[in-house]
Amino acid sequence: MAHAHESNKKRIWIVLILLTLITTVEVAFGIIKPASLHLTSFLGTSPLNWIFIILTLVKAYYIAWAFMHLEGETKWLRRSVVWTAVFLISYLVTLLLIEGGYLHSTLAPLVKW
Amino acid sequence: MEANIAIPSDSKQTWNGGGNKPFGASYGKMMMWFFILSDAITFTGFLAAYGLTRFKFIDSWPIADEVFTHFPGLHGVHAPMYYVALMTFILIISSVTMVLAVDAGHQKKQNKVAWYLFATIIFGIIFVGSQAWEWKNFISGSYGAVKTTDGKVLQFVKDGHQIALSDFVVGGRTDGRVQHTRLNGLWFEEEGTIPNYSIAQIKAAYQSNTDVQIRSELIDSATKQKVILSREEGFAQLAKTDFVVEGANLQANEYGNTIFANLFFFITGFHGFHVFSGIIINIIIFFNVVLGIYERRGHYEMVEKVGLYWHFVDLVWVFVFTFFYLV
Repeated sequence: MAHAHESNKKRIWIVLILLTLITTVEVAFGIIKPASLHLTSFLGTSPLNWIFIILTLVKAYYIAWAFMHLEGETKWLRRSVVWTAVFLISYLVTLLLIEGGYLHSTLAPLVKW
Repeated sequence: MEANIAIPSDSKQTWNGGGNKPFGASYGKMMMWFFILSDAITFTGFLAAYGLTRFKFIDSWPIADEVFTHFPGLHGVHAPMYYVALMTFILIISSVTMVLAVDAGHQKKQNKVAWYLFATIIFGIIFVGSQAWEWKNFISGSYGAVKTTDGKVLQFVKDGHQIALSDFVVGGRTDGRVQHTRLNGLWFEEEGTIPNYSIAQIKAAYQSNTDVQIRSELIDSATKQKVILSREEGFAQLAKTDFVVEGANLQANEYGNTIFANLFFFITGFHGFHVFSGIIINIIIFFNVVLGIYERRGHYEMVEKVGLYWHFVDLVWVFVFTFFYLV
């Protein structure tokens, strides 16, 4: 690491402020739940859920890149971790969510409310 | 035999083959990264299982805002999300103090590393304590509900707001049922805590309080709120009940689907155990810093490696927060 000995303090504080802001926005949306975002549907779920998921990924990016210092590692260490994780996680999540949707479409008609 | 014994060296280098460092990383750091990768996939397994289960019961899953409503010091106040947001913030702060400790380590400032690590440990303990409090509220429950013979949880509402069993059932348990213990019964038999009220009592109270309605687990897809039954439908559902449920355990809970509580215990418990291990490791590293072990070694890479683990725990919480409390 070329800049191993210099201080990254400024970057750390900026990331803290960003993460705090994002969390605040998430909580505000979670409490207010604007009907136009909450009760409509976009690509299979509500736009509000998409906002939450995207903001979560942004937070994950900042934690991994700034705090875990992936931005300072060599390109291929970063890729060997991030690409593997992204590929396996997307794969697992996609399969299980499809399966969950199938279980619902099969079993829900059998439940009497 | 001798050939099989690893030779300890003071420089703690385990890579071999002419001193090459793959990806420019030390052995320990890379192993930490690949441990984190495998642990991330374990957590994905759990959260994806939560997703599958939720999709399976998409029309009746408990609404997080109605489950997690407590804030310390505010009794009876409906405060969804605030406490868990505070917990998230505490964990982010602990991540910042950790990264500051790593940063101070790069500059070989022993005192600063120790203080930042100390702060990280304190914030970590606050987080685990908060999680314990959250579990306590979840387990003891605040409203109580009844369960039908076909496994549906019925909650009670008045003017659209959920009310506790004690809000409309008068007095204590009247059927004379006594908690069975080893002292008053068979010493080899155990019984879980019996509810405060009997089913018959609740049915009678529902009959006499005409403003009390029953809320089913079913979600109205237009409003994304639980369906509130009419008084007559309520009587029909109540006739099928055989079981009062207060709070949550692995067999039943007052919030809805049994597996909701199971996944809550399992996922937040597994995460909490990670935080707990992180605190223990941080404490060990803290003493090593104070004793000057890394000062003598010439670098603070161990703080960096433990920092990676600690940030990973924070990273996982960000996802647990989203999928358990927000989405």
